[in-house]
Amino acid sequence: MNEVSAVQFSPDTVSLTVNGTARAYRGDGLRRLADVLRDDFGLKGTKIGCNAGDCGACTVLMDGAQICACLVPVGQCDGAAITSVEGLGGASRLSDLQRSFLAHGAAQCGICTPGMLMAASDLLTRSSSPSRSEVEDALGGVLCRCTGYQKIVEAVLDVARPAHIVRDGNVGARAAKVDGPAKLMGTERYGADGIPADALYVRAIRSPHPCAKFAPGNLEAFVAARPGLVRALTARDVPFNAYGIYPNIKDQPVLADGLARYRGDPLVAFVGTREAIEAIRDEEVPITYEPLPAIVGVDAAKAASPLHAGRDQNVLADGGVTCGNIEIVFGSAAHVAEVEYETSFVEHAYIEPEAGWAERKGDTLEVHVSTQNPFQHRDDLAQILNLPKQAVRLISSAVGGGFGGKLDLNVHPLVALAAWLCDKPVGYIYTRPESMAASTKRHPARVKAKAACDASGKLSAFWSHAELDTGAYASWGPTVANRVPVHAPGPYIVPHAKTRGTAYFTNCPPSGAFRGFGVPQSAIASEAAMDTLADALGTDWLDFRRRNALKAGDKTITGQVLDDSVGIVETIDAVEPYWRTWNNAAAVFNAGSPRVQQGVGIACSWYGIGNTSLSNPSEMKIGIAPDGRITLYCGAVDIGQGSNTVLTQIAADTLGIAASDIKLVMGDTALTLDAGKTSASRQTFVTGKACELAALDLKAKLAQVKDRAALRNMPVDNHGDVLTGHGRFDPPTTMLDEKGQGVPYACYGFATQVALVQVDLDFGTTKVLKIAAAHDVGKAVNPQQVEGQIHGGTAQGIGLALMEEYIPGRTENLHDYLIPTFGDMPEMICRIIEAPTQHGPYGAKGVGEPALISTAPAIFGGIYRATGVRVTKIPVLPHRLRAAIRAKEGTR
Amino acid sequence: MLGSRTPSGPEILPPRYARPRLLDEALALRHGGAQIIAGGTDFYPARVGRPLYDRDVPCVLDLTALAELRGIQDEAGCHRIGALTSWTEIAEAPLPAQFYCLQAVAREVGGRQIQNRGTIGGNLCNASPAADGVPALLALGAEIELLSRAGKRVLPLSEFIRGPRQIALRADEIASAVVIPKPKGAAHSSFVKLGARKYLVISIVMAAGYLDVVGSRIAEARIAVGACSPVAQRLPALEAALKGEVAISSLSRLVKPEHLAPLKPIDDVRASAEYREEAALTVVRRLLEELSA
Repeated sequence: MNEVSAVQFSPDTVSLTVNGTARAYRGDGLRRLADVLRDDFGLKGTKIGCNAGDCGACTVLMDGAQICACLVPVGQCDGAAITSVEGLGGASRLSDLQRSFLAHGAAQCGICTPGMLMAASDLLTRSSSPSRSEVEDALGGVLCRCTGYQKIVEAVLDVARPAHIVRDGNVGARAAKVDGPAKLMGTERYGADGIPADALYVRAIRSPHPCAKFAPGNLEAFVAARPGLVRALTARDVPFNAYGIYPNIKDQPVLADGLARYRGDPLVAFVGTREAIEAIRDEEVPITYEPLPAIVGVDAAKAASPLHAGRDQNVLADGGVTCGNIEIVFGSAAHVAEVEYETSFVEHAYIEPEAGWAERKGDTLEVHVSTQNPFQHRDDLAQILNLPKQAVRLISSAVGGGFGGKLDLNVHPLVALAAWLCDKPVGYIYTRPESMAASTKRHPARVKAKAACDASGKLSAFWSHAELDTGAYASWGPTVANRVPVHAPGPYIVPHAKTRGTAYFTNCPPSGAFRGFGVPQSAIASEAAMDTLADALGTDWLDFRRRNALKAGDKTITGQVLDDSVGIVETIDAVEPYWRTWNNAAAVFNAGSPRVQQGVGIACSWYGIGNTSLSNPSEMKIGIAPDGRITLYCGAVDIGQGSNTVLTQIAADTLGIAASDIKLVMGDTALTLDAGKTSASRQTFVTGKACELAALDLKAKLAQVKDRAALRNMPVDNHGDVLTGHGRFDPPTTMLDEKGQGVPYACYGFATQVALVQVDLDFGTTKVLKIAAAHDVGKAVNPQQVEGQIHGGTAQGIGLALMEEYIPGRTENLHDYLIPTFGDMPEMICRIIEAPTQHGPYGAKGVGEPALISTAPAIFGGIYRATGVRVTKIPVLPHRLRAAIRAKEGTR
Repeated sequence: MLGSRTPSGPEILPPRYARPRLLDEALALRHGGAQIIAGGTDFYPARVGRPLYDRDVPCVLDLTALAELRGIQDEAGCHRIGALTSWTEIAEAPLPAQFYCLQAVAREVGGRQIQNRGTIGGNLCNASPAADGVPALLALGAEIELLSRAGKRVLPLSEFIRGPRQIALRADEIASAVVIPKPKGAAHSSFVKLGARKYLVISIVMAAGYLDVVGSRIAEARIAVGACSPVAQRLPALEAALKGEVAISSLSRLVKPEHLAPLKPIDDVRASAEYREEAALTVVRRLLEELSA
C-alpha cells in the first residue's frame, strides 16, 4: 500500500470537450464514459445496450474516431474531444446525415440510431463518398434488431443527395416517422432515460440454478453492512405474488417463494442508491441453495412430476384443429411427405434492455416503463400491490424494440413495489445478461408434419403436432399452442387436416410471445413438406404452391370461408421472375464451382391478424381544443414498427388535415383509452380502424359546429378539448369449437419469399445472397414502413435460420448469442401486394409478424437445393450442416 | 467511493484509479499490486453488472498515458510494436508483406470501435483461446517484452501464454512491447478466419501463416491455429514439410491431417470438436492456398 500511496495520482480532474463545450469531470476516473455522458452531463442520447462493446449503441466520437463509450474510462478522456449525437446537428436542426436517415426511414425503434449516426459520421470524415462495403465495414460494430440494416446503408450512401422528406403524408404516403426527429437527435426518452437523478434503484438477485430450493439468509444484516442500501425485498413483501398473461393463469411470482424454477428467476431484491446497488456482488448475497434435478426438454417434462400443481405431464396447453378425415386420405394418397424439425430458444435481443421507474404520489402510483402492453400491465400491477386500478397510472416510454419480449412484466413489479414501500422514486435497468436470463424466449418446438397430395398435385391431407417447450411459467404459452395448429398447413387449400399444438412446462426460461407466436417454427416443417411433395411429383416448387394456394371463397382448415382479402397467389406471381432467374443463375454458377454451391428456396405463409378467437378491441379518441389543435390520444404503443406514424396518417387523411397538425399522446393509461397490446400484428388493423372511426366521429361532430370560431366558446373537458371523437373496433371472430372450427381471425396477411443462398460445402457455412419478398398487407398505409418491417423481419428470420440459439447460462450476452450484423444481410427486393380487407382502415391488414415467417423455410429450401441435405435441428449452424453434408458424401 | 471498516481492523482505503504519465510511476503502482487497464475492451465486458474494482485490488492502473508504449518502430533486426498500439494503428501502418496476417487480424477484431481502442498488448494479456491476435503473432515469431522495477524480460509468445486466461506476467510486471524479428529473405503472411457471422464474431477456427522466402524456396515457415486448443498452437510438422519447398507451388497439397496433431479442439456453443478438427484442416489448406498465390 505504501508504494501506491507514494505515487502522485493523476489527474483528479478530467478536462474534456463534449460537443464543442469544455467540461470538467471530478470523480472516479474508472467510470465508463457512457455513464458520465448520460448521468453527469445529462446527454441521454448516448444509449447503453450491453456495457460490453457487443452492440455499439453507445458509439460516440473520441477525437473524431468512433469508440464504444461503455468501454472507455472517463480518465482516458483527459484532453480529448468527445462528440455524441447531441453534437451532430443541434437542439432543433438535423444534420444532412440525420435528414438522410429520416428520409430513408432508417430509424425504427431508434435505440441504435445514435450509435449508427456516430459510426457513420466517423466514416464520412474519412471518406466523403463511401462504397456500400465501406459503409458496412464502418457501421459493422453497431447492431440493429429492427431494420435489417438496408435503409441505414442507403441513408449513409445517399447523404450527399438526401431523398425528399415527406412530412405531411396521407394514407399511402412514404411519410417520415412523426417521432423520427426525436429519435435522430437523441432526445427521445426510452425506459432508462427518464429515471430521476435522485431516484433509488432496485436490483433482483436471480437464481443461478435452473431448479433449486432456496432460503434467504440475514438480508437485514447484509443491508446494514452496506452504506446506501435501504432495504431488502422478498416474496413476503409482495401483497399478491403472482402474475401472468391469462386471467386464470397467474403462475409467475414477482419474487420466488422458496423455489427457483429457472436460471434467472428473481429470488430477492435490494433497494438503495445506484452506487450501493451496483456495488453488490451476487455471490456475496446470503442465500442458501438446494439444487434439484432440472426438467430440460419436452420429453423430460412428460415424465417429470408437475412443476405447477395440477399440470399432469407438465402440460400447460393443448389445442388442435380437425377437419375431414385424414386417415382415409393418407391411406390412399399418391404422395406423402413426412418431416420433423426441432428449433431452439430464440432471444428477442432488443437493443434496449428492460428499464423503467416508479414514483408514489400519495395513494397512487405512477409507473414509467418500456412496454408493449400498458393497460394489462397497469391491471397486473394493481393486483400485485392490492390497489384499485385507478390508483396505478402506467406511462409507456419510447420502446427500444420489443418483438413480443416486452409484453410481459419485467422491471415493473419491483420498481412499483419498492417505490410504494420506500415512498421514493425507484428505477431499474436490466443489465444485458440479466435481460437475456430473465426475459421470455421464442418457444423451442419439435414439429412433426405429414402432408399428402393426389397424382394431379392437389394437396389432400395435412397432419402435424408441434410440441413446445414453454419453460417455467405460462406467459403466452397457450396463445402459441392455439395459434400454431390453426396456421400449421400454411396458406393452402387442405380438405382434410388434423393439427395440434402442446406446450409443456420445463425448468427453462419462460417461453412467451415472439414475432409470429409459434407460426415461424411450424412453417419450417410445413414448407419442407411442400418441397418434398413437389419433388415427389416432379413439379416446380413454386408451381406446386400456386396450384394449392388459398383464394377468395376458399375454406381454411377451421372452416372459415375467406372473403376477398386473399393475396397469396399475387405474392407468388410477384416473386416468380426472381425464382426463375435465380434458379438459372445458380445452375450456371454451380457448374463452375464444385465446393461452393448455390440454391434457391421458396416459402409461402399466412398469418391471422389480431388475437386468435379472442375479443381484442381497440378504443381511440381524438380531441379538438378551442384553438383548433387536434390531439390523438393513442393507447397503442409504438415499439419502433411505426404505429405513431401510421395512426397519425390515418387520422390526418380521415379528418382532411395535415399530419403535422396532430399532436400525439401515447400509451398513458390516464390520458388514453385501451388500444390493446402491440402484438399479433394488430395495431395498424385494429387500432387503425378505431382511429379511423374516431376521426369520422370527430368529423361528424365538427360538421354540427357553425364555424371554427365557435369552438372558442365551448366548454373544455379535462384534456382541454371541446369536442372528442370516439372510435372502437373489435375484429369480428368466433370461438373455435372442440374440433377447432370457427372464424379465428377477421383477416390474414399473406407472403411469399424466395431466397438465393450459397453454401461452402467444406465449412457448412451459408450466406444468404438475395431475398425477394412479396407481402399482401391489404393496404400499405406507409409503404416505406412496410418495407422496413419486411427487412427487419427477414433479418430475424435469417437469425432464426442460421445463428440464433439461446442456451441458459452460456449465451447470456451479445457475443456468444449471435444476431445478424450488417454483413449478414442479403440484397433485398420487396414487393407490396394490396388485397384490401373490408374490416381494416382503408383496407389495411398487418405485416409485423408475417415479415418473418417465410424467411427461414425459404433459406432451408435453398440450402437443400445447394447441398441435397436438410438439417432438422435449427439453427443450421455450420457444424450441423457440415455433419449432414459429410454423412451424404459418405466421407470424413 | 466510500471507505468501510472491518469489524475490528483499521480503515480499508477504497481502491483508486491512476493514469500516470511516467513509466516509473506506473511500475511503482504495479509493484504495489495494481491491476492493469489499457484499451478497456476486455476490462469492462468482464464487469457487466459487477463493481469495476475487483476485491483486494488497491489500484487500477491505466497505462494509456504512457506514450513510450505506443507505436511501431522499425529497428535493426526487428519491428517493435508498443503494447498500447491499437488495431487501427496496426491496420493503417505502412508495414511490409510480412505483417499481412497481423493487419488482416487488425481489420477483423470486433468492430471499428474495438479496433480503435483495443491494444495488441491487451489482446495477448487477456489470453483468450479465441484471441485472433495470437496465431498471427505466433506465426510472426513474436516475443513479448515485460518491464518491472527489477528490469526487462523478454519471452517468446509461446512461453508467455500458458493457458486460457493464464499468462507468465508477474504481478509486478507490465507488458511493454511485442518484438517481431525481420525475415532473412522476402516474407509474406496471411490470415484465415471462420466464424458464424460477418462482423463482431468470435472465431470458430482461425489460422495464420508466415513464409520467409530466400531465392525461390521457403527458408522458414510458421503456421499457427487458434480456437482449437487452450492456447493457439503452431504446427511444427507442417512447418518442417514446407521448409525448402518452392514458394509459388501449390502448397496446400502438402497439408496432412496428422500435421494438426497439436490441436485439441473442444465442443462449445460455436461448434463441435469434431467439426473444428475437420474445419481446421480446411482452414489451413486455404491459408496455404493464399500463401502460395
